Amino acid sequence: MNNLAQISEQRDFVVSSSSLKDVRSFSREVFEKVNIDQDLKDELVLAIAEAAQNIVKHAYQGEDTEDKMEIKISLANGNLEIGFFDKGRPVEKDKIRHRKIDDIKPGGLGTFFIQQIMDAVVFKEGEKPWINHLILSKKIDY
Amino acid sequence: MSYKVTEEGGISIVHLDGEIDMDVTEKAKEIIMPLIEAKKEVHLNLKDVQYMDSSGISVLIESHQKATELGTKVILKDISKSVLKVIMMAKLEQILNLD
Repeated sequence: MNNLAQISEQRDFVVSSSSLKDVRSFSREVFEKVNIDQDLKDELVLAIAEAAQNIVKHAYQGEDTEDKMEIKISLANGNLEIGFFDKGRPVEKDKIRHRKIDDIKPGGLGTFFIQQIMDAVVFKEGEKPWINHLILSKKIDY
Repeated sequence: MSYKVTEEGGISIVHLDGEIDMDVTEKAKEIIMPLIEAKKEVHLNLKDVQYMDSSGISVLIESHQKATELGTKVILKDISKSVLKVIMMAKLEQILNLD
């Protein structure tokens, strides 16, 4: 296995639930190039897939679209940064809630997982042509 | 995701196989919910589920809650390592019936 010190890869995906398996494949391909623990790789793939799912579910509210989202995975000096760009509805940061630990109900779990796995989650206004720009980051030892 | 449903001593055993994400949750519910609504005990065999995300976990929660409401139960059997990890991350190991 290679152990690249620096990675920067991006790919576009149609905003659809049927793209989620491709999002996972892309993420797995990228993390294969990094010498990190398999459990951590699985967690990162989950966090990326959950964020992509949130774009399908919330930014586009499950509507059919030909729009694409872009995912960019960058790793440099142990800093992993994953960017998500979409052209859906602007994220209303105040309305983002993750599930409380003792709240046993479906929903809100994706954001809860992302928060658990990543060190930081930042929503930004996207630069044209994008509307939303989400950044997930985590310090990685490898 | 593929599946197989068998019956054994009045228990419905659902073997799920593959990756369970938002794209297949409706299908998973279509398989599981009618069995629960028929008030059968349902065993979900998750040995061959290599990946499950929050949508899949939501199906497990909904199934558990529906079964409890109807006086029956859903038991998760042979849970794969990756699915168990997600269940634990969701802090549901004390809530869902794991075997």
